[in-house]
Amino acid sequence: MGESSPKIVIVDESPIRAAILEEGLREAGFTGVVHISEMQSLLSRIYALDPDVILIDLENPSRDVLEQMFQVSRAVRRPIAMFVDQSDAASIQASVDAGVSAYIVDGLKKERIKPILDLCISRFNAFAKLQDELDRTKSALEDRKVIDRAKGILMKLKGLTEDEAYVLLRSTAMREKKKIGEIAQSILTASEMLK
Amino acid sequence: MTRPLRIGFIPLCDAAALIVAVDKGFVAAEGLDVILVREVSWSNVRDKLNIGLFDAAHLLAPVAIASSLGLGHVRVSIAAPFNLGLNGNAITVSPALHAGIMSEIDGDPFDPMATALALSRVVASRRKSGAEPLTFGMTFPFSTHNYQLRFWMAAGGVDPDEDVRLVVLPPPYMVDSLANGHVDAFCVGAPWNSIAVDLGIGHILHFVADILVRAVEKVLAVRQEWSEKNPELVAALVRAASRAAEFIEQPQNRAEAARILAHPERIGVDAEVIQRTLDGRLKISPDGTMRESGRYLLVGREGAARPDPMQAAWLYAQMVRWGQASFTPEALRTAQAVFRPDLYDAALGRKEKLADASGAIGAFAGPAFDANDIAGHLAAFEIGRRKS
Repeated sequence: MGESSPKIVIVDESPIRAAILEEGLREAGFTGVVHISEMQSLLSRIYALDPDVILIDLENPSRDVLEQMFQVSRAVRRPIAMFVDQSDAASIQASVDAGVSAYIVDGLKKERIKPILDLCISRFNAFAKLQDELDRTKSALEDRKVIDRAKGILMKLKGLTEDEAYVLLRSTAMREKKKIGEIAQSILTASEMLK
Repeated sequence: MTRPLRIGFIPLCDAAALIVAVDKGFVAAEGLDVILVREVSWSNVRDKLNIGLFDAAHLLAPVAIASSLGLGHVRVSIAAPFNLGLNGNAITVSPALHAGIMSEIDGDPFDPMATALALSRVVASRRKSGAEPLTFGMTFPFSTHNYQLRFWMAAGGVDPDEDVRLVVLPPPYMVDSLANGHVDAFCVGAPWNSIAVDLGIGHILHFVADILVRAVEKVLAVRQEWSEKNPELVAALVRAASRAAEFIEQPQNRAEAARILAHPERIGVDAEVIQRTLDGRLKISPDGTMRESGRYLLVGREGAARPDPMQAAWLYAQMVRWGQASFTPEALRTAQAVFRPDLYDAALGRKEKLADASGAIGAFAGPAFDANDIAGHLAAFEIGRRKS
């Protein structure tokens, strides 16, 4: 194998995460990056691309398909081995925590793999953080809708202004040691039942 | 207890004893706090068990052995103190392949030798007409499904590496792959065979019990090192799983067990389909033909839960037969040492009698298995990939 940029295949059904990873790899100077998002005939696609490194997300059931590459078979042109060997317990832990797994073609030097895997782990972690923030924003928005509707009910039933309705929600939440969203939700549920 | 135990599983019916042990409160009754983690691939289950993210796992028996031998991956010694199931797999074929085999068959369609010989005639005529080789799906290189398919077809003269293609497919993709023609057949556990039949795209050709009378399928696996440090936890897990297995095997409890397993966070398919598996009463053809077997899936009855080192030796012999491992007496001992009847007996405070040697496997072809003469045993089979 020459010292040219290794050919990297990303197997990921999430187009956003794959794009984030691909961009990171390109910025780091790895130019030969191909993304596979379609799991049908995965092995034949990989054999056709003939990559040096394969990165796959751990949520992907097709990881088991890749394990077949280790088997002696006529279809395999060169042996492929798992990157993490006995001495790399820390790497495997970090990559599993981040949700990614790497496979390399036998012969690619370990010091050339390390930066790829490190980058992969940090991009996967960044993506997970992004996803987390997105989920939180979504649930905050959801909460706001619920609180607005609960305020409306209180205003109508108790003749309160909007500010008074909110203060009532907030003080109840503090007294009950619950979130305002939860109190608002119980008002909606109760009003639904009392209809 | 400082923290809950994390146990990984794949959504399959043979995780029943583990899931019921947790959801029916049997592990809690042992003073254990367990979180079940549903996984998407055997590679994930293996890796997370190996590095300690899981304390225990529902695992393919051959993966436990391969891990301990360092085959295909990092070497981590595994201990299996409890069998979660015997048998339970089936071979399902597309309507076209079913018609092909049935037009060539000479004998009973439930006789695996008759179907294997018919398959070899189908393979020969396809070759003559220049058709693509048949493709068979299985779940993992180190899987019972792989060995069961190979054992069956090789008995009829079909070389699984030369005459057909064997491909790994995640179980949830099996049915789609059969429907769109990517595979012509597959060997997988429940509920996927029944789902293919219900959709009208597959015929169950064989229950694995037709091929092998007693085939260990999934085990409760822990790291050997962990088992040595936590003997009380291992014993408590075995007792809880054993209680669950006994519960599931009572026919009057099957409906409740199936409801527990059907939960979206567990197996996540219809309770009715799961109950068919537990009852061993399956629809095998889209036309509604039913078949009943007392040996379809054994969860604890007939001593099924007690690990049998003879079974480990048989699985290791398959690895040798198909070129995944070389034969050495040390590796054989390592493989057998994965299965831990001693831990099972210690946990339950009893000693069950093992099935006699010939009844322990009960293969439909070849001589009775002899763990003391694996080379001699394998020499009786013409087709194989043994390393010299």
